[in-house]
Amino acid sequence: MAAIGDVRFTTAGDTAFNVEFGEGIDRPTNARVMALHARLKRAAVPGLVETVPTFRSLQVVYDPAATSRRVVQAAVEAQIVPDDAAAAEGALWRLPVCYDPELGPDLEEVSAALGLTPERLAALHGATEYFVYMLGFMPGFGYMGDLPVELERPRRTEPRVRVPAGSVAMAGRLTTVYPWESPGGWHLIGHCPVPLYDGTRPSPVLLAAGDRVRFEAVDRAHHDALVAEVAAGRFDPETLRASA
Amino acid sequence: MSAPGLRVVRPGLFATIQDLGRVGYQELGMPVAGALDPIALRLANALVGNPAGTAGVEIALLGPALKVEAESVRVAVVGPMALRMEREGQPPAALEPYRTHTLNCGDVLALGAVTGASVAYLAVAGGFALEPFLGSLSTYVRAGIGPLGGKPLGDGARLPLVRDAAPGGDDVELPEPPDYGGGPVRVVLGPQDDRFTAAAVETFLSATYRVGKDADRMGLRLEGPTLAHRGSADIPSDGLVTGSIQVPGNGQPILLLNDHQTAGGYAKIATVISADLPRVGRLRPGDALAFRAVGVDEAEGIRRRQEQAIAGWIRAIRTVRPAGGVDLDALYSENLVSGVVDIVNGNGDILNAENMAGNMNGRAS
Repeated sequence: MAAIGDVRFTTAGDTAFNVEFGEGIDRPTNARVMALHARLKRAAVPGLVETVPTFRSLQVVYDPAATSRRVVQAAVEAQIVPDDAAAAEGALWRLPVCYDPELGPDLEEVSAALGLTPERLAALHGATEYFVYMLGFMPGFGYMGDLPVELERPRRTEPRVRVPAGSVAMAGRLTTVYPWESPGGWHLIGHCPVPLYDGTRPSPVLLAAGDRVRFEAVDRAHHDALVAEVAAGRFDPETLRASA
Repeated sequence: MSAPGLRVVRPGLFATIQDLGRVGYQELGMPVAGALDPIALRLANALVGNPAGTAGVEIALLGPALKVEAESVRVAVVGPMALRMEREGQPPAALEPYRTHTLNCGDVLALGAVTGASVAYLAVAGGFALEPFLGSLSTYVRAGIGPLGGKPLGDGARLPLVRDAAPGGDDVELPEPPDYGGGPVRVVLGPQDDRFTAAAVETFLSATYRVGKDADRMGLRLEGPTLAHRGSADIPSDGLVTGSIQVPGNGQPILLLNDHQTAGGYAKIATVISADLPRVGRLRPGDALAFRAVGVDEAEGIRRRQEQAIAGWIRAIRTVRPAGGVDLDALYSENLVSGVVDIVNGNGDILNAENMAGNMNGRAS
């Protein structure tokens, strides 16, 4: 387990290793992950298959039949720059969300547990610009933060077997939109009517690690109109991109 | 004739189209998927003359029956399974795996039970005329991603073929099934072995585990001694690979396979080395396994030697010997001593030469 400076290398067999920049979930640590991810994309290291950014570490995947850990790690070390941060900011997206107890079955319970009204919870959730730390769990599932401290709640003790696609959810200091129907343990507080994953698009996943997201509250009628627009194939996801 | 294809006339239990994986999109949260036993898929492709990464059918438990809707097609099955051909007006004929067969229009290839491993593979010469998604034909059933709606082969589904007829030339075979090796599954400790007690690491490397009934393309739940964490089992979610062995709070390890999530929040005690992934991909519920730790350099060396072995098996592919005859090409390519060949040429002692070839191949003919 080698280290240079405060950077630590951990081993995931003979096909991958992790470059760890810290222990916690915070923006400065993640910025270093994203910066190395961007540098290695440009560097095109032979035998390096892909790099996968997560909260505090970058997973470097390589082909052991074509190269070796020793060679790839040396190439990666050469790209680690002190106090590095991603050069370009990601895109800013405005995602509609309907904070309705029918669409967010945990809205009332979690509001009560936090000592807030559902309206206050929705207002706090919608007032923050979130950062997409990483994607994972399912294709297009973005781990976004940081949730205001007033909204911090541990995940549900009993995960749901089926969370509907489009559910807007929160747990810990993170929030997300489930792109697929799947099991899930986060608190469901609303619904986003536009798809975060669409296999018919050339790039099927809307959000990328490093992007930013603002939630915009819509009423039920507006929500249902957007659902119909999506179903009819008339919705253009580019309209969600906020102009800088 | 309409576009060539194979028609699913009986669906089997869980057959999916797989290639060597949808590589390069994990940053989107996209699982790699792909063949659980890439060695078998590569050998099936080699038999029918395809590039190694051509998509084939991964067959779990019980295979489908496929009717040939093309002039002819050459197929190969690699893996421990029963198969037969149903031809109009003839009794069903058992076919051997580990070789090619050339089928005609109207023939039905009935793929039976897979026994002795979780999966076997069917490759067709020329491959399937299906549209790749993000560069791959692998099926990720959990999110419905991949060809045929991202679903297993269903009744009536049609697999369009690139070729409308089988290539010329004789059928070929592997001299023997591939050798996956035995003994403990080799792992490299980490990336979070430091999140476990020393006793837990020692237990992990000395105990025997059994594959539980929760075993699918995502992973294998292992049953055996509980592994204790130092503190919490939870970590900030980080990257996973095929072969990651994560241990949730209950202390029972989960060995992740090809459909694993791209990231996860449980501490991982060890990672199966790449050369042993085909072996663990073949495990079934109830199978026993133990683990042995190796270093990364050693793991890479094992993998390189395995690649040489696979190349050797592919070089050894030979024309199927006609029943009762002797294949002189095979005898020469097996480097038999000249004296033995002299026996064939001089005395015509075919029986003797056949026995000799059988011994060289390590199995009775």
